[in-house]
Amino acid sequence: MSIEVRNLQKAFGNFIALDNVSLDFPTGELVALLGPSGCGKTTLLRIIAGLEQADAGSVLFHGEDATDVHVRKRQVGFVFQHYALFRHMTVFDNVAFGLTVRPRETRPPKPEIAKRVHELLKLVQLDWLADRYPHQLSGGQRQRIALARALAVQPKVLLLDEPFGALDAKVRKDLRRWLRKLHDEIHVTSIFVTHDQEEAMEVSDRIVVMNKGRIEQIGAPEAIYNDPASPFVYDFIGQVNLFHSRVEQGWAHIGEYKLPAPEHNGVSGAEAIAYVRPHDIELRTQPDGDDFIPAIVENIARTGPVLHLELRNAGSADVIQVDLPRAEEHHLQLRVGQQVYARPRASKVFLR
Amino acid sequence: MSAGAGSLTGVVSNKATTEPFAVRVALITTALLFLSLFLVLPLVAVFTEAFARGLDVYFAAITEPAAAHAIKLTLIAAAIAVPCNVIFGLAAAWAIAKFAFRGKQLLITLIDLPFAVSPVIAGLIYVLLFGARGWFGDWLFENDLRIVFAVPGIVLATMFVTFPFVARELIPLMQEQGTEHEEAALTLGANGWQTFFRVTLPSIKWGLLYGIILCNARAMGEFGAVSVVSGKIRGQTNTMPLHIEILYNEYQFAAAFAVASLLALLALVTLILKSALEWKAAREHELAVRAAYADNQESPP
Repeated sequence: MSIEVRNLQKAFGNFIALDNVSLDFPTGELVALLGPSGCGKTTLLRIIAGLEQADAGSVLFHGEDATDVHVRKRQVGFVFQHYALFRHMTVFDNVAFGLTVRPRETRPPKPEIAKRVHELLKLVQLDWLADRYPHQLSGGQRQRIALARALAVQPKVLLLDEPFGALDAKVRKDLRRWLRKLHDEIHVTSIFVTHDQEEAMEVSDRIVVMNKGRIEQIGAPEAIYNDPASPFVYDFIGQVNLFHSRVEQGWAHIGEYKLPAPEHNGVSGAEAIAYVRPHDIELRTQPDGDDFIPAIVENIARTGPVLHLELRNAGSADVIQVDLPRAEEHHLQLRVGQQVYARPRASKVFLR
Repeated sequence: MSAGAGSLTGVVSNKATTEPFAVRVALITTALLFLSLFLVLPLVAVFTEAFARGLDVYFAAITEPAAAHAIKLTLIAAAIAVPCNVIFGLAAAWAIAKFAFRGKQLLITLIDLPFAVSPVIAGLIYVLLFGARGWFGDWLFENDLRIVFAVPGIVLATMFVTFPFVARELIPLMQEQGTEHEEAALTLGANGWQTFFRVTLPSIKWGLLYGIILCNARAMGEFGAVSVVSGKIRGQTNTMPLHIEILYNEYQFAAAFAVASLLALLALVTLILKSALEWKAAREHELAVRAAYADNQESPP
């Protein structure tokens, strides 16, 4: 089922959580709402669920206005960051809850409920835990049970609020891959909220980047990463170097150095910021052309497969962050204090 | 791990931080002496005095009509006041913990009022309102209704005094638990009653029981407020505490202590139940903590 929100407005006192937000969530997609804390992503999710009331605007489920439909009737599955499993119920009773609270006319008979619960527990691969209580499960298991419970009522949409936020790094990675696979199996329209850009990149079909109650960019993970629409998105998605510059006829001047900025061809004398990703910088020990910037290696950090370098340019105070594949370490024979030459392979310039 | 396990079981002995042996003995002895002098001794005295003239006198004292009536009236007052305050306490705690509204702080303060005000004043309020010369006195007289110096007054005064117990117990508990579980139940299609009885109530049951027990103990033991509104008509408006006072003033010590022993027994039962509930709640909390601890060491999900 598709979801649409139109001109949503929501304020908490003086704080504007959502500022005229309109969005489409097509049927069957897994969409990530990504942004820093306080950007309004959770509020948006809760308004879609009906747990929060918008000050203005409307929510449409499959083209029908659902703004005033009670949460109970919306048929949304909601997964909470801290699982919200019912502590005094077994895993089985937790998953069965949504079916057992139905009015008598529509409530399935007991054997059917049991069958359905076991199907769901199999789906989340935890059938053997049916008789346990939530406190006997690990965090990852609890979140999968919470998901099974949400799916039990056959929701038309699945809403997940920072579903992996309370888990440790390794479990989080396993679980998000698992969620992606699960979504490929069941294809229910899903929206999940996260502040972790890596998580959004890995799991979702589309990402909605939000900031201060507004939408900054909507697009496929690739597009968001490769072609950020605004300085905010550039900054928020991945590491980035930023340089204050002046644009003159298609070139961004940073001190004596210049970067191509063909998108600003007609502009002259404008203040701008140039963004360069740390992995879009190549390093040489010798200058192989006049477009290389001389710099000194200030720091080397080896974290896993990537080498993080901090360079200082002789002419300015800016630190340049560079990420290199581990293999280049041998080749370049890097050490702190060494003279190197850097060249951006790709950059993007935004006028201020 | 050892520190974690220690704090879970509550047994931590660290030679680097503990006091010298002599100091420990002195402190413990002082505490024990004080306890025995002010708590254990009076309790023992109550029971010794009660049985001083033998079992026959004891049973006669608690079964004679006036005493039996006092016991019955106390039970009636508690049987009405406690359920009322349970319903009110649940409603107030629910409103305060789960909703944001104007005047919330005022409501919390008002709930504490009976704790702050002297019980005698609580009794006087009802005399002022419903007494013969009170605000509603004429109207009540015309309609032949008696509140002050009658059972309704005693029930009202008891309710006023025991008003905060359940609410006070539940508010912090429900605030700590937040609204996530109720929201989960709502998204799963449960209605308000189902959410309350199947989700909220089970998660607060120990706190609620604890509040009820304290409320009941106070309702049965209340003296000040009830003594103002009761009029102390023997066999009609005397509750157990009032009956004890009258017996004592009439120098019927054995009888006074016999009835008092019932109240003391109630206190003991209350304390035992209270400790059992605290133990139960602590154990559930410990399980939750352990589960959280296991989270940090888990293998892949």
